[in-house]
Amino acid sequence: MSDKIRELLENTPEVVNVGLELFARAMREQGGHVHSVEWKPPLVEPNKQALALFNDPTIAAANQEAVTRMMRAQPVIIGVARARDVIPGMSDRTFLHAGPPIDWQHASGPLRGALIGAMLFEEFANTPEEAVRKLESGFVELAPNHEHNAVGPMAGVISPSMPVYIAVNAAGENRAYTNFNEGIGKVMRMGAYAPEVIDRLRWMSRVLAPLIGQALQRSGGIDLRNIIAQALQMGDECHNRNKAATSLFYREIAPYLVECDAPASNIAAVLRFIHSNDHFFVNLAMVAAKVMADAAHGIPGSSLVTTLSRNGTEFGIRISGLGDRWFIGPANVPRGLYFPGFGPDDANPDIGDSAITETAGFGGFALAGAPAIVQFIGGTPADAVRATLEMYEITVAEHEVFRIPSLDFRGTPVGIDLRAVIRSGILPVIDTGIAHREPGIGQVGAGIVRPPVRCFTEAYRTFEQQYLVQRGALPTSQTRRTI
Amino acid sequence: MVVRVHVEPNAYFDSVALMAVAAAVNREPGVELAALLMGTSPNLELLRDSGMWDACLEEVSPNDLVIAVRASDEVTATAAIEQVLQRLRATTPVRQPVDTSAVPRTLRSALRAAPQARIVAISVPGPYAPIEAEEALRSGRHVFLFSDNVPLSEEVRLKRLAQDLGLLLMGPDCGTAFISGLGLGFMNAVRRGPIGIVAAAGTGLQQVASLVDWFGSGISHGIGTGGRDLDEHVGGVTMLAGIDALAADSATEVLILVSKPPAPQVAQRVLQHAAQCGKPVVVCFVGRPPEPIENVRIAGNLTEAARLAVHLATGRPLEDLELPGHDELAARLAAQRAALRPGQRFLRGLYSGGTLCDEAMQILAPRIGDIRSNVPLRADLRLTDPHRSQEHTFVDLGSDEFTVGRPHPMIDQTIRIERLLREATDPTVAGIVLDVVLGYGAAADPAADLAPAIQEARRSAEREGRSLPVIVALVGTRSDPQDYERQRRALEAAGAIVVPSNAWAAELAAQLVA
Repeated sequence: MSDKIRELLENTPEVVNVGLELFARAMREQGGHVHSVEWKPPLVEPNKQALALFNDPTIAAANQEAVTRMMRAQPVIIGVARARDVIPGMSDRTFLHAGPPIDWQHASGPLRGALIGAMLFEEFANTPEEAVRKLESGFVELAPNHEHNAVGPMAGVISPSMPVYIAVNAAGENRAYTNFNEGIGKVMRMGAYAPEVIDRLRWMSRVLAPLIGQALQRSGGIDLRNIIAQALQMGDECHNRNKAATSLFYREIAPYLVECDAPASNIAAVLRFIHSNDHFFVNLAMVAAKVMADAAHGIPGSSLVTTLSRNGTEFGIRISGLGDRWFIGPANVPRGLYFPGFGPDDANPDIGDSAITETAGFGGFALAGAPAIVQFIGGTPADAVRATLEMYEITVAEHEVFRIPSLDFRGTPVGIDLRAVIRSGILPVIDTGIAHREPGIGQVGAGIVRPPVRCFTEAYRTFEQQYLVQRGALPTSQTRRTI
Repeated sequence: MVVRVHVEPNAYFDSVALMAVAAAVNREPGVELAALLMGTSPNLELLRDSGMWDACLEEVSPNDLVIAVRASDEVTATAAIEQVLQRLRATTPVRQPVDTSAVPRTLRSALRAAPQARIVAISVPGPYAPIEAEEALRSGRHVFLFSDNVPLSEEVRLKRLAQDLGLLLMGPDCGTAFISGLGLGFMNAVRRGPIGIVAAAGTGLQQVASLVDWFGSGISHGIGTGGRDLDEHVGGVTMLAGIDALAADSATEVLILVSKPPAPQVAQRVLQHAAQCGKPVVVCFVGRPPEPIENVRIAGNLTEAARLAVHLATGRPLEDLELPGHDELAARLAAQRAALRPGQRFLRGLYSGGTLCDEAMQILAPRIGDIRSNVPLRADLRLTDPHRSQEHTFVDLGSDEFTVGRPHPMIDQTIRIERLLREATDPTVAGIVLDVVLGYGAAADPAADLAPAIQEARRSAEREGRSLPVIVALVGTRSDPQDYERQRRALEAAGAIVVPSNAWAAELAAQLVA
């Protein structure tokens, strides 16, 4: 007989109770020590033949491998280039955008506005009307940032001649790209395309980006993971609050900027621009997260979520072990606080690649460390702590580098396991900006949003099918038909 | 409509704090728009665009707080600004430190929070139960799996896994266990003692354990296996592990094995295992006693199993191990029998425990003939409609066909009371047998519901000139939380004959129609 059974019969056992609370009460009545689980049914009823996938050690090992790659990826920003010159698979007529694939017809207001802005910026059109006509006629090819190793906040539009940051994984092979943050108010990422918006973009590509590029070259690269790790201990969660991270980045880059061979007025303008924008770092936080998430993508058998992203109409996710396929559901409208004069009726459905931060274990997952923004989720620091604690229920690991002081420096929850989402019904929490539903108006607030359930149930069905095929429980032909 | 702008110089507030205050002030009557912003250029632009510009804003720096209010009149606007300032200056009341001890929402986090927990008790719906059970086993925990409707293939897979990991998987469909003094599922408050039980039947375990307690001895452990453990596909994995565990357990001196009749080759393996375990073993395969085998005592029913085990454990002679009050009850029943009319020829059994129902039918069938049931002894005796009795009928009201969407009769008497009152109107009924199972997890006061119904049933028969004997097998101990004696008195006051043994209840019932 096993030692474990012998041990069981030696002392009154402590019990974890999953299911009817009646039984937990009955044991407590006898003086038993019982831990209750607040169990809820899974989001889907799993195929009876596939129940083993939820505890399959090979999947757990694949997820561990994936999350380790995610945590140990070391994103370093090394320079700046023209999008067309560095982003893989981008043509002179490619416009990249946030979220899963979408066409002009289905694009929401802010995305349409940003696409019009990019047409004007690229001088593919001289007026917004001309831009719309050309976009309707398929003048440019639209493609998701995520399919080109890139990310962009809100509409996330990157057009061929825009400047982009280049981030490399110093602990791996992959690279990622992102655009520059324009500041707040009327900005293209929120769908604005007025002349001053385009003028600012031109200044950014003429003055700001080249100078930052030079400074980065002089610096030999700036480690983004370090900045994020520090900022998470300074009240940022690096999605909706980037004050500390922007300041840290500013401190890193400033000396190298000053050393650049450029008129002092330009250098001062660049420094002022960074200083005046608390969200300057968000694009860098995102590109860091993209480097981390891509490092974890493509591990066979892994159920780790490696993309959470929205295009303003639909929410899409991708899974490490399910290739480049998107699983899609209708985007929700965030719940949150609004700027003066705006309210929920003005809000566009969830938009942007910025949920890559949650994918990589910060953003909404690190809310416990960002007490200054907890009012978005309805109140107190205790709510923020609860939000983070809830995410531990659906993640594979606790982050080795990102830690939260108020949780005794516990690592942030990192690596969303599709299976855990399905089993617990707990959806990832994302704290995000809210764009106006009409193009050209800009950000109207910020708040909390969750992905639609459908992304996860569809991904699960595909994962389940693949699992059954691999175990020989289903013929391959059947999968071809259904996948 | 007026616009009033107030500037607080050098007063930094986080934008989220400002938005929260603005949201509150915007709800004030008469306030059309209240904007709270730090004086940065994009913010000032926003104010200009919304028509809330004021000359004083020309001088504002990014470290100044701007409060701009558009309201119906001067007084409202000024009051709103004042309210903003008050709210911003107000200190928050001291709160308790942040509570981070949330109730776990998943088994994984519960196990992480309680590394010392040894057993996971699972009662989630069957289709999901294997997921929880497998996680528990892989984390090194023993499992008590109450859930039913678990696919047989999953049971086989999980029991093999448990075996490989050296763990006990009790269930699926395991109603009862008793481990080192702690009852899991539905279990009675029994004394600890030298008798260990391995049972493939929940109410069977409860009956045996309660009677051991009645006979003055006690239980070391009660290991449940789930109803299908002795199925040929499962092969008795848990029962064999349970025998080994109790054989090695120093507190256990005598073993009792309880099951419905197993698959023959499994029965063989279990008996051989029992014979070689090194301790006396009493085997009760309800209804089909196996061929005698050396070192193993065979009991015909659950009551007999308890008696034999107590005899073996304590050395008390079998004839001393009788339940009290036999003669008095027999006399009362004889009087009721004498009052029956000639047409009253059939028995009805309304059970909450499947094993107890089975045991009653096994005892009665040889004496009274065929008994129809939803859980029949022979396939041809299956009731066409389980809700309608025919001749002798015993039903397990805890079966799915009765409990879908309704509480189990162990917890709530509604299903049983409806049926009882219906049976009372049938002029061919000579007597009704019920089981009432007490203990932890069971209804808090079953007699409170059942006694009035028994009284009503008997009265309605009397109104039609019939006597209606009701016999209750009250399974439990005097330490059970429901108070055994109070339950017994209430049921007797309603006219029922109450005994602690189901076998005895069946034997008494047989006399009504013999």
